[in-house]
Amino acid sequence: MSIARHSTSRSLAAHAVLILYTLIALFPVFVIVVNSFKSRRAIFAEPLALPRAETFDLVGYRTVLQQGDFLLYFQNSMIVTLASLFFVLLFGAMAAFALSEYRFRGNSLMGLYLALGIMIPIRLGTVAILQMMVASGLVNTLTALILVYTAQGLPLAVFILSEFMRNVSDDLKNAGRIDGLSEYTIFFRLVLPLVRPAMATVAVFTMIPIWNDLWFPLILAPSEETKTLTLGSQSFIGQFVTDWNAVLAALGLAIVPVLVLYLIFSRQLIRGITAGAVK
Amino acid sequence: MGALTLTQVTKSFGTTDVIKGVDLAVEEGEFCVFVGPSGCGKSTLLRMIAGLEDVSAGEVAIDGVRVNGVAPAKREIAMVFQSYALYPHLTVRDNMGLALKQAGKSRAEIRAATDKAAAMLELGPLMDRRPAELSGGQRQRVAIGRAVVRTPKLFLFDEPLSNLDAALRVATRIEIARLHRELGATMIYVTHDQVEAMTLADKIVVLNAGRVAQIGAPMDLYNDPDNVFVAGFIGSPKMNFLKAGPLGLRSDALGIRPEHLAISTTGGQIEGRISHVEKLGGETLVYVTTPADGLLTVRLFGEHDHAPDSTVWLTPDATRALHFHENGQRMRD
Repeated sequence: MSIARHSTSRSLAAHAVLILYTLIALFPVFVIVVNSFKSRRAIFAEPLALPRAETFDLVGYRTVLQQGDFLLYFQNSMIVTLASLFFVLLFGAMAAFALSEYRFRGNSLMGLYLALGIMIPIRLGTVAILQMMVASGLVNTLTALILVYTAQGLPLAVFILSEFMRNVSDDLKNAGRIDGLSEYTIFFRLVLPLVRPAMATVAVFTMIPIWNDLWFPLILAPSEETKTLTLGSQSFIGQFVTDWNAVLAALGLAIVPVLVLYLIFSRQLIRGITAGAVK
Repeated sequence: MGALTLTQVTKSFGTTDVIKGVDLAVEEGEFCVFVGPSGCGKSTLLRMIAGLEDVSAGEVAIDGVRVNGVAPAKREIAMVFQSYALYPHLTVRDNMGLALKQAGKSRAEIRAATDKAAAMLELGPLMDRRPAELSGGQRQRVAIGRAVVRTPKLFLFDEPLSNLDAALRVATRIEIARLHRELGATMIYVTHDQVEAMTLADKIVVLNAGRVAQIGAPMDLYNDPDNVFVAGFIGSPKMNFLKAGPLGLRSDALGIRPEHLAISTTGGQIEGRISHVEKLGGETLVYVTTPADGLLTVRLFGEHDHAPDSTVWLTPDATRALHFHENGQRMRD
């Protein structure tokens, strides 16, 4: 019995810590969402209060949807995020497969080289990247952003996926080879479905920084038609006057798609974890 | 169908030689078993025959045709893996038919071939299930079925029974033997279990540290081993090895099967103390600790009462004993 009680108190403590962390992490989100539904006066009078009948105001959302090309920003963000995600997962998985499956000269050196990007922030190369984009005429295009984000996401993707791919049964791949499947079929039909949980993990880790990024859109694609959501929201922040209703509403709306994508992937994430544990 | 010839086949990973020059000829329709302790290179050798590992030196030939550089799918072989290696996303029928589909066979042909294999292995009711919905034994039958469907020149089995429980292992072993009789196909089978080797094989290849220790029919290896390694590896319980000097013999070491040691409570050649007795019903195994030769095993048929810690005398049957040189080679008369 003492063992059982001990584990209850332990799990209580663990839950308390996790709940505390959740509250801290969600607090800014809560403030953003709550205040986006309030009038300007109410935001400053009582920042933490829930919207009441007299303080409830949708002016922020109205401004956002009327002023500026909010839908276009939204679309830009979506295109950049999904395209980068697609390329990161595709190329990352392919590189990981090659590294884990084939014995060739310099294999581990290549793996180390590809993983180096985890340790060196891509922003250090901003000036060089900008020069490259100017030279190739890609400034103010979404392509520029997609290329940069793909490069940014690849190191971690290769690192995580190659660890997972090492665990895929050799027998299964060999059975495919004996049955006459091509290496591409083995990769896409046999290996990828088995590392789906790892792909979901990589997708989540890759997606969120891209969606939230302000740095590269500001530098590489600041034109009106290529603005991303994060950059677009900045137009409500002025040097002297800031339209807080609009900023909060824009940020509130920006949370929604990430949340949706996260929910899609996290289900895979959890399924992967429990599948391994319970069998 | 298919005969297999290996000529001075060698495999090295970097500077380590795993297979050190293996010569072997397997006749058409033969059941050949590679047996040896783990790490002896038997699985690597099988993978080289399959084309999954490339050959560092030497030649692999199937039906007299050199296949060293030929892709696995083009060698007309089929392989059954220890972990079954079924495609998780395909049904049993699609698992079995995939190789034919890849080879461009018509749908009707594939259906006929899978149905035939399913009937042979009693897989009929399982054809539309996925591997996750099958038990271990059923999965292994599907894996065997997948090999049968291809009508290959050569069947390769890589420890196919080691993931099954004891009862299922015996049943599947009999199944494989029956399959071999019905198909008359050439089969190469890798195992570390010498019982499987003895019961299935026409020809056993005993491997030790990347070299062939001996090739022969099961009973030849049992009765007439070439060296200490084969003598000790084949047969269960293991053969006893005695220092020959004290027995007044000309050889360096004496090998004697547990059933050829007589036990007596009154007197004999070797004195020892019983350390443990195992009664199996049909036979009784007596483990005797001796001062000169360590632990010896005596196999008695029927039930016998021997108390642990009592003193006994053992006498080897001189006519059944095998003599070995100090270097482990057999000393023949």
